[in-house]
Amino acid sequence: MDLTHSEADEEFRAEARAWLRAHVPRTPLPSLETAEGFAAHRAWEAELAADRWSVVSWPQRYGGRDAGLLRWLVFEEEYWAAGAPGRVGQNGVSLLAPTLFDHGTQEQRARVLPPMATGEVVWAQAWSEPEAGSDLASLTSRAVRTDGGWLLNGQKTWSSRAAFADRAFGLFRSHPDAPKPHQGLTYLMFDLRAPGVTVRPIGRLDGRPAFAELFLDDVFVPDEDVIGEPGRGWRIAMSTAGNERGLTLRSPGRFLAAAARLAELWRERGCPEHARTRVADALIGARAYQLFTYAAASRFLEGERLGPESSMNKVFWSELDLALHETALDLLDGEGETAGSDWSEGYVFALAGPIYAGTNEIQRDIVAERLLGLPKGRR
Amino acid sequence: MRFLPDAEQRAFTDSLHAMLTAADTPAVIREWSRGDHASGRALWRRVARAGVFGLAVPEEHGGLGRHPVELALAFVELGRHAVPGPLVETVAAAVLLADPPLAKRFLPGLLAGTDLATTAVVPNGHALDGDAAAVRLARIPGGLRLASAGPVRRSLDPARRLTPLAPDGELLDPGPPFGLALTWARLAVAAQALGVGFALLDRTVAYVCRRSQFGAPVGSFQAVKHRLADAATALEFARPLLFGAAVSLRPADVAAAKLTACEAAYTTARTALQLHGAIGYTAEYDLSLWLTKARALRTAWGTPEECREVFLEDALRTSAPSDSP
Repeated sequence: MDLTHSEADEEFRAEARAWLRAHVPRTPLPSLETAEGFAAHRAWEAELAADRWSVVSWPQRYGGRDAGLLRWLVFEEEYWAAGAPGRVGQNGVSLLAPTLFDHGTQEQRARVLPPMATGEVVWAQAWSEPEAGSDLASLTSRAVRTDGGWLLNGQKTWSSRAAFADRAFGLFRSHPDAPKPHQGLTYLMFDLRAPGVTVRPIGRLDGRPAFAELFLDDVFVPDEDVIGEPGRGWRIAMSTAGNERGLTLRSPGRFLAAAARLAELWRERGCPEHARTRVADALIGARAYQLFTYAAASRFLEGERLGPESSMNKVFWSELDLALHETALDLLDGEGETAGSDWSEGYVFALAGPIYAGTNEIQRDIVAERLLGLPKGRR
Repeated sequence: MRFLPDAEQRAFTDSLHAMLTAADTPAVIREWSRGDHASGRALWRRVARAGVFGLAVPEEHGGLGRHPVELALAFVELGRHAVPGPLVETVAAAVLLADPPLAKRFLPGLLAGTDLATTAVVPNGHALDGDAAAVRLARIPGGLRLASAGPVRRSLDPARRLTPLAPDGELLDPGPPFGLALTWARLAVAAQALGVGFALLDRTVAYVCRRSQFGAPVGSFQAVKHRLADAATALEFARPLLFGAAVSLRPADVAAAKLTACEAAYTTARTALQLHGAIGYTAEYDLSLWLTKARALRTAWGTPEECREVFLEDALRTSAPSDSP
């Protein structure tokens, strides 16, 4: 068992650290979930991309550095430790891009990935519907065949970033006669400003439009924007969900940095006794998540597929993140109630963690059934 | 960077697991709990022959060289099979008896498994099995002394036979490596607890698949599934902390691993008891052998609070702003 990085990876770390030190904005950008903040975060993506730091794990021809998984983890450690801004392009980079690498065409990759890397095109996800949340496969938004493409009709909701984003990707029912609900779905990309699309921003708990409802009325999608074979969308979406949810949705670097900031806050406040245990547990939890990820990455690099342990991962980091922010607000005492601070915004964001990307209840079902082998039952 | 056991380490673990599975440990544990040590001693010699104690002893003293990762792997298996006896205490003794003349005098018996050792070196810590141990070591203000064992006191875990030690024997060493011995002992307890947790999880999963109520296996109910998923998650996230600590052998990392592994094992024990229902609450049912051990290990060789303090002090020191570049 070896936890030391190669010399080359340490050089890469030093290079990333130096770049971040010179470029990370000295004052935090305005909230990502405002028009002004969204634009500022988009500009930050362009700055990252100009020196090929926005998508380090991608191939060079799409703007990346061909960094392997370990180097990506190293980059993330440095990125969050430097106090760099949240990533406005996260949905596209961690969900759509891996799907395109596995199932897209050469033409799609060449067209979609470079502007994603620079933040010129920011992507929103369009999975959930009013009647299809945890039971996503029961979705009813339709894609109907038309000349040269598909016509979308229906409603999507809880679409993160859609209030300000440019394009969206999601699943639509294209073959309503298929025998099972998760069959007959097609994975499509569409323009949020296309005729027939109405975006209605939804205020999250703090009122900021972090997500939106999408109303689709005969929205035309050309064939070139279908990913993989029509009718096979579920499998395509899920094939990357496991791997990505496990390793790239929320990197350990994020929580190591947040836990270190929490410890700093605790010290600034004179190390109050009431938070002692929780501060220690946050630091230990972040370290556990980092080491768990290095073990998973080691297995992945030896060719093992990562499966249901991704669900364990999601439960762990989302609960860690929430506990960590709750502790910070307690430490801030009366100030903790004040909206708009980094910690309070982080807290509101953390509250969503156990819900999005598959609720933690669904994740626990997956752990119980697929990892422990318990019998399926009613949800 | 390759944070996984290698093929040799896996083979070592598998062979230990196979040997312990064949040994029918529940019967051995019950005899040991009654003070009948014969089957336990036989098993102990096989554990020693597998090289377990040698993993804490340098080669010049007849050991295999110090291999904390392998020791942790071995102790996960010892915990999984709830092997009785002063396993952790013997590891601590092997580290304490580092002075060459002491090593020469005591270690051959420990390495061969003919002698068991027990130690009382942490405040309020109990020595285990003083009645069975040939080497009894007690910490005194002036160093390390041989000790005699008092009468056995019952533990919550019947297999842990607690004995007070009276440091009335020879002064062995005025300055033995107490800190290092504590680190090795905590690492071993952490691993043992993790193994106990995995055994509890496996037994409970098997039980809830078998047990039917309302016409369905109780394991198909979400309330049951979610508790088991949480137990599995707690154990799986304790595992990398354990092996990370074995790699670094830093006292703070070991303390965090000990804290986390013991908490995970204890959470799993509570879940295991709840999901077994009344049958789990009986001494007769073998689950009790692991349930009670999970509770005892939680405070053995350092309470959760003590371990948290060791970790926190180090974390604050190493992240202090004055130390930052």
